[in-house]
Amino acid sequence: MSRLWWEIARRSFRRASSYRLATASGVFVNTVFGYLRASILIFVATAAGGSIRGQSATDLATFAFVSQGFIMTIGAFGDHELAERIRTGDVVIDLYRPADLQLWWAATWFGRSGFLALARGIPPVVLGALAFDLEWPDPLWHWLPFLASVVLATTVGFALRFCSNLLTFWLLDNRGVEQLLTVLISFFSGLVLPITLFPSWLERIARALPFASMIQLPTELYLGRYDGMEIVSVLAQQAGWAVALLLVGRAVLRAATARVVIQGG
Amino acid sequence: MAQVVRLAAVDKTYAVRTRAGRVRRRRREVRAVSDVSFTIESGEMVGYVGPNGAGKSTTIKMITGILTPSAGRIEVLGLTPTVDRRRLTRRIGVVFGQRSQLWWDLPLIDSFELLHHVYRTERARHDANLAAFTERLDLGGFLDVPVRQLSLGQRMRGELTAALLHDPALVVLDEPTIGLDVVSKYAVREFLSETNRERGTTVLLTTHDLDDVEHLCRRMLIIDRGRVLLDGAVDRFKAEHGNDRTLVVDLESAAEPLPLRTGQVLRTDGPRQWIRFDRRRTSAAAVIAEVTAAGAVRDLAIEEPDIEELIRRIYASRTEGSPGDGVGL
Ligand SMILES: Nc1ncnc2c1ncn2[C@@H]1O[C@H](COP(=O)(O)OP(=O)(O)OP(=O)(O)O)[C@@H](O)[C@H]1O
Ligand SMILES: [Mg+2]
Repeated sequence: MSRLWWEIARRSFRRASSYRLATASGVFVNTVFGYLRASILIFVATAAGGSIRGQSATDLATFAFVSQGFIMTIGAFGDHELAERIRTGDVVIDLYRPADLQLWWAATWFGRSGFLALARGIPPVVLGALAFDLEWPDPLWHWLPFLASVVLATTVGFALRFCSNLLTFWLLDNRGVEQLLTVLISFFSGLVLPITLFPSWLERIARALPFASMIQLPTELYLGRYDGMEIVSVLAQQAGWAVALLLVGRAVLRAATARVVIQGG
Repeated sequence: MAQVVRLAAVDKTYAVRTRAGRVRRRRREVRAVSDVSFTIESGEMVGYVGPNGAGKSTTIKMITGILTPSAGRIEVLGLTPTVDRRRLTRRIGVVFGQRSQLWWDLPLIDSFELLHHVYRTERARHDANLAAFTERLDLGGFLDVPVRQLSLGQRMRGELTAALLHDPALVVLDEPTIGLDVVSKYAVREFLSETNRERGTTVLLTTHDLDDVEHLCRRMLIIDRGRVLLDGAVDRFKAEHGNDRTLVVDLESAAEPLPLRTGQVLRTDGPRQWIRFDRRRTSAAAVIAEVTAAGAVRDLAIEEPDIEELIRRIYASRTEGSPGDGVGL
């Protein structure tokens, strides 16, 4: 069976790669935002006398570009393909297949993420490094927890969007929910501002939410803020959110299926 | 022969919420299917027809396990569809004329390849089936074209292939010929009847096109307002209910209804007249001869009664208490 998920992911990767113009313009936009965010954060650090809350201007510029690099990979802005299939009723066809719907969409999601990691992940960081002084994981093995963390962040991103897409079964139009989720992710994940710059009470809240697992935590791992067992605990926290949200998605899927099967969608 | 589908006293009511006043919602029940019972034997090819909203799609959804009946029992291939849906999906094929199970952005061949993994069919069997279907449905020219670029007829041929690649014992089709031109309809019909004949696949299809039923099915079920009005042989049904034809003539100029022996003018509209005749009593040629003798004809066409018309007549004959009463032909 696992072969199936691989085949789906592979095709999803290929499909994502066929939108060349979108990829090119996406890289451009991501890079511009990286420059913008880095400039603002450097300004803040400089205004604060070179560093703020233990973070130097270089730390913050790196934060901006690295997060800008994997923001597409983790699907921070979502995807509405499933919602669309629900809205049109085509999802009924998906229920006719002897394959798990959640795993199906997860495979689609990861296939696309794989492409986005390469095409939208690396270029903005490289282009950022041309103009800004950026840091690289040090020691070298810190790449490993960082990459694992991005995979977990991608899973959290999928789990959240799977749930919000499924709400279309009840709402008919889930765009409001999607937008709300995008706002929550943007704010609490550290995308708009690293949550370390929040007032400490707000930072505590942000760290208690799943959104921090999407951007803040992977970036902190990249920057080497954690070591030893701390790394394990950060990854475990992300994995915990991933599993919990996937289970919620499963429950929502079951409820949605029951609704279709009993009420006729 | 084994029973493939069995419905016993099946009901389905939908709960519909309607606005009643500013805030209040009223819950109303729509009875889509009521007291439907029939069985389909292995290898049969059955047409399921009826007007819009009759309950055809609802029945199909219950048979395929996507909808739970409100009452009654359904058994398909020995399984209870909603309970064993996953297991059932491996053994049935489903085509919805209005929906697609193909991947929009991928070449057609990719959808087929994925289905091979979904159903875990043996490689050799998958390849053999695909080769056979490709030849029969003439898919060769567009296997590598993304589905979104296919015409409706091409896509439908792809849908049929997708539904049958895993050698299902039963294939259920909801309006597979909707929107297709004559050539594509013909291709779909040919394919279905060959599959039925050669593989023994049981076929249940809904349609609004009586031609589909005539060409494909020996047996048909007519459903209206959720009830099965008739279940019997297509030939017999036609012999009993479909013997009249309507000749539509365009005369050179508007005229009074033509006085005819062979037929009867139903209505007129300017130079156009609708003439009904019974094909058991007169041949079309005789009617045409009489019409052309009576006035200058510019154009003419012969129409067969359509499903809606036939259903109206069945109703009429039932309320009159004529022999049509017994329904089971
Ligand atoms: N999900 C639903 N919720 C409420 N009512 C429904 C639902 N689906 C169908 N109905 C109603 O049930 C009845 C039967 O619908 P169904 O779709 O089975 O008809 P049909 O025979 O397939 O018609 P058509 O030829 O138009 O496709 C109709 O009155 C329809 O409005
Ligand atoms: Mg229908």
